[in-house]
Amino acid sequence: MDILSLSLIVAKVVVIFAGLMLMVAYMTLFERRIVAFIQGRKGPNRVGPQGLLQPLADALKLLSKEDVTPAGANKIIFNLAPVITFVPALLTIAVVPVADNLILFGREISMVISDINIGILFILAIASLGVYGIILGGWSSNSKYPLLGSLRSSAQMVSYEVALGLALVGLLMVSGSFSLSEIVHQQSSILEWNIIKQPLGFVLFAICALAESNRIPFDLPEAEAELVGGYNTEFSGIKFAMFFMAEYANIIASSAVITTLYFGGWQGPILPPIVWFLIKVVFFLFGFVWVRATLPRFRYDQLMRFGWLVLLPLALLNILITGIVLVL
Amino acid sequence: MVGNYGYAGVWVLVGIGFVLFTFFFARLIRPQRPNPNKLKNYECGEFPFSDSQLQFNVRYYIFALIFVIFDVEVVFLFPWAVVFKSLGLFAFVEMLIFIAILLFGLAYAWKKGALKWV
Amino acid sequence: MHLILFIIFAVFCIAGAILVIVLRSPVASAISLIFVMCAIAGLFALVGALFVAALQVIVYAGAVMVLFLFVIMLLNIKEELITTDEKRLTRYLGSALGLAFVLEIAYFVRRGLAFGSSSLYLPVPKEFASIELISTGIFTKYLLAFEMTSILLLVAIVGAIMLARGKGRRDT
Repeated sequence: MDILSLSLIVAKVVVIFAGLMLMVAYMTLFERRIVAFIQGRKGPNRVGPQGLLQPLADALKLLSKEDVTPAGANKIIFNLAPVITFVPALLTIAVVPVADNLILFGREISMVISDINIGILFILAIASLGVYGIILGGWSSNSKYPLLGSLRSSAQMVSYEVALGLALVGLLMVSGSFSLSEIVHQQSSILEWNIIKQPLGFVLFAICALAESNRIPFDLPEAEAELVGGYNTEFSGIKFAMFFMAEYANIIASSAVITTLYFGGWQGPILPPIVWFLIKVVFFLFGFVWVRATLPRFRYDQLMRFGWLVLLPLALLNILITGIVLVL
Repeated sequence: MVGNYGYAGVWVLVGIGFVLFTFFFARLIRPQRPNPNKLKNYECGEFPFSDSQLQFNVRYYIFALIFVIFDVEVVFLFPWAVVFKSLGLFAFVEMLIFIAILLFGLAYAWKKGALKWV
Repeated sequence: MHLILFIIFAVFCIAGAILVIVLRSPVASAISLIFVMCAIAGLFALVGALFVAALQVIVYAGAVMVLFLFVIMLLNIKEELITTDEKRLTRYLGSALGLAFVLEIAYFVRRGLAFGSSSLYLPVPKEFASIELISTGIFTKYLLAFEMTSILLLVAIVGAIMLARGKGRRDT
């Protein structure tokens, strides 16, 4: 491997990472402004023009806050939990192709960090690891509310993980590949988007992705009214920020994955691929925010019943229908 | 072969580096003045009482176990789904039997009330 | 490159496994076990068995270990309550058995070296553990075993529910 290709790879990683972090930062502002708009408020608009410097101010504030480790907490695990939450949240993005292959300096560069042919399995594997940060965060705090929140959260995440996997099975049957790049290439026109072939699968996947990200209406783990702040109650300063950033990185990753799997990824006419990709991702990010501003919270028994007795059978039904259509 | 996974490795290293850097940077600029009252666990202003690592309901365990079982089922479905088109009708019927047996398990769990939360 | 990665994963594996035994806190042991599972997945990926590697993470690291953690939290084991077994006999017997196991493995590795090539690192066939091979295998040669698996899983569900609910069906 020569210097040029090595530096190109490093440049790619750095650019995508910086872009992701920028999106995470501005997602917070985006969400607050949209929710404010829906609720007839103004939202943060003082720091910079239209509040555009708000994320910067938030970051500085969180960095300079005292970091309190509660008495009796398991220090190592308490410090490890935010990292275990944050790193898997990043990893999903690594397999998502953000644009078509680029020709630069006479070389073809694939616009994906890691173009592996088991991409979908990789995403599911990472999703299955995402639960540990929350379990350990709540457990290591040595406090009641976080423990209750983390238990609920982990039971919820594992329940919806099954339906998440099953929802993808229908897609796999249609596409016949685990590779995200190949799935994008299959959806070259709007009629070939997987949403057309897998409408039920898409709805199930979107619901499960929402549940995996622990947001309204699935935000039981941090139900403010009963659990204070859930699993991250005892975390402060930069560690709290890590949990927060992981949540937003997860939302962005979910939107990117939905775009890639069901909506043709970066494919689109006229505009460059990366622009199409970003348009679609932002569209789903807006969807996430819209859901948050509109829906009330589930009750816990409803949540579990919905996951096991509605989503799971529906996902199996989706597999059955897909199978029948494909065999005929 | 290793290449693409290597890039994912580089990506993870950049991520961990970012986390470590922020932790280190925050350590430099934040105040550090702990006192016993500040370090107390949060219990809505009350003094924390009894053991905080409370024992919890056995239902969580049942859900985790059913989850493991269905996760194994999903894992069996993946290789089947990916080569579904070339496997044909026979494999489809086989998989339906497989799913039906497990659905029976789900129905049993439902009937026994294991999936009920309240 | 392969060898370096192999050594890194192997060291992770062994170090993690030792930590599982040595650490006092059950939750910390479980975390080390998760790392061991991920390192094993890395080893699988190195020989090209990518599907198996993904399964290792999804099923073992992502599902079975969640169950372990739940059980540990459910039993609410306190670190102070765990006492090492002070009986000398069990200690010596355990160490002797462990040593015997290590020697056994060393012997077979050595014998494998004598038989096979001069290197421990044998080339893996290109189609090794590919998804196509696995699924055609499941639906032709190992069909009965596959269907039996579902019955096994069914039994597991029934057993788990019976065990957890108990006789009294105390609903709280």
